[in-house]
Amino acid sequence: MFLINCPYCGERDQSEFSAGGEAHIVRPKQPTELSDDQWAEFLFMRKNIKGVQFERWNHAHGCRKWFNMVRDTSNDKIYAVYKMGEKPPTK
Amino acid sequence: MKNKYSIFSIIKNAFSYNENWQRAWRDPEPKKEYDAIIIGGGGHGLATAFYLAKKHNMTNIAVVEKGWIGGGNTGRNTTIIRSNYLWDASAGLYDHALKIWEGLSQELNYNVMFSQRGVMNLAHNLQDVRDLKRRTHANRLNGIDAVWLNTEEVKKFCPIINTSPDIRYPVLGGTLQRRAGTARHDAVAWGYARGADAMGVDIIQNCEVKGIKRNGDSVEGVETTKGFIKTKKIGVVAAGHSSVIANMVDLKLPLESKPLQALVSEPVKPIIDTVVMSNAVHAYVSQSDKGELVIGAGTDAYVSYTQRGSHDVVEGTLKAILELYPIFSRMKMLRQWGGIVDICPDASPIISKTHIKGLYFNCGWGTGGFKATPGSGDLFAHTIANDEPHKLNADFNINRFVSGDLVDEHGAAAVAH
Repeated sequence: MFLINCPYCGERDQSEFSAGGEAHIVRPKQPTELSDDQWAEFLFMRKNIKGVQFERWNHAHGCRKWFNMVRDTSNDKIYAVYKMGEKPPTK
Repeated sequence: MKNKYSIFSIIKNAFSYNENWQRAWRDPEPKKEYDAIIIGGGGHGLATAFYLAKKHNMTNIAVVEKGWIGGGNTGRNTTIIRSNYLWDASAGLYDHALKIWEGLSQELNYNVMFSQRGVMNLAHNLQDVRDLKRRTHANRLNGIDAVWLNTEEVKKFCPIINTSPDIRYPVLGGTLQRRAGTARHDAVAWGYARGADAMGVDIIQNCEVKGIKRNGDSVEGVETTKGFIKTKKIGVVAAGHSSVIANMVDLKLPLESKPLQALVSEPVKPIIDTVVMSNAVHAYVSQSDKGELVIGAGTDAYVSYTQRGSHDVVEGTLKAILELYPIFSRMKMLRQWGGIVDICPDASPIISKTHIKGLYFNCGWGTGGFKATPGSGDLFAHTIANDEPHKLNADFNINRFVSGDLVDEHGAAAVAH
């Protein structure tokens, strides 16, 4: 449980948000061309990092907008919050 | 040679003020090389080592554990054992475990306090009723005991449940598996550790794996905090930290690790002599032999390795518990804790070879691995020893996420996560 600084609404309780998993997994441009292995990679395989992870969140009980976040999953410390489409911070 | 535990050993040791009990397992330094190394000294890992030694004659093996044995999810779960899963593959897997549970205390010469007090799953809406009835039929076709109870029968089986039609989610019935129940979770780890150790398995605690050494497509050994250990076969049974190990060899797994919480109340006199679970309101409760109510909450809905969990999750669970059991309204909670569970997209485990020769994974048990401990160890030992799966775990390979042949058990996970 922690506070999240929504880029649209400001600081709110984490329970208002829903997590959307690992960020920057690009949707295949030509789905019909994909092999089974590539589909598995896109749909299921995750890095599931213990440490700093880039992830998607949705302010489900607020503005309902999606955004990205950089969080350390070993201690839930948040390093950055940025809007969809923006470049991820390098550090 | 280990001394056998018996009533005579209890009497004999009483005369010496219980000061001469033998150590239950040794505390060895790692050798330079083993025939196989199991990463993770929880119930599943220790059971794997036990059956490798017992059934496959592999005694030159080691279990490496970063903390102490049974200090992870083995000591953090709510000790529930059942096998009432929907699909044939799962029924085979979980009932295999349940059958081993039934003779486990004798097999280990260690009382795991297995108690077949029954597990009841409640239905609160029409869809629940349909799903649970369907599951009852599926179970019976697979030879697993299951019965459907109507509301009156639920009340008779567990009188403290509020079956009034006026509550927010009224009880419309439930299923009961009488062979299901609970066991003492620590004893399972200790019993397997003692049994494996007696056959020569080295259990190395406080030894964290830092890397896996590869030579082309096969493994050569593990880098640990106690130095490099050579081996040709590595079985990874690291639960919530499976992905951490997988990332060491650039292997991606279909897992997400999340904190799952449980809590216990102050101890009270016997009030609930079974296990009651409810998917729709997300609450389950049983009573330990010490008298504490053992309550399972949900997972946090985001990846985290923090081993704690959020307060709102506990709050939601306790609200549901109070609605179903108004008698508990003045109970005080004593302890709350979290464990990191590795969840698969289809809520079924992975017991599998990998594309790297000599590297095996037993993971993805998610929120319900304890019940499968003996079966999981047995089948994983078979997979490691023969370099191919047993027929009971053949469906639980990693490739099912490529082929699409998933074993979807979200409905049988007892409470939704």
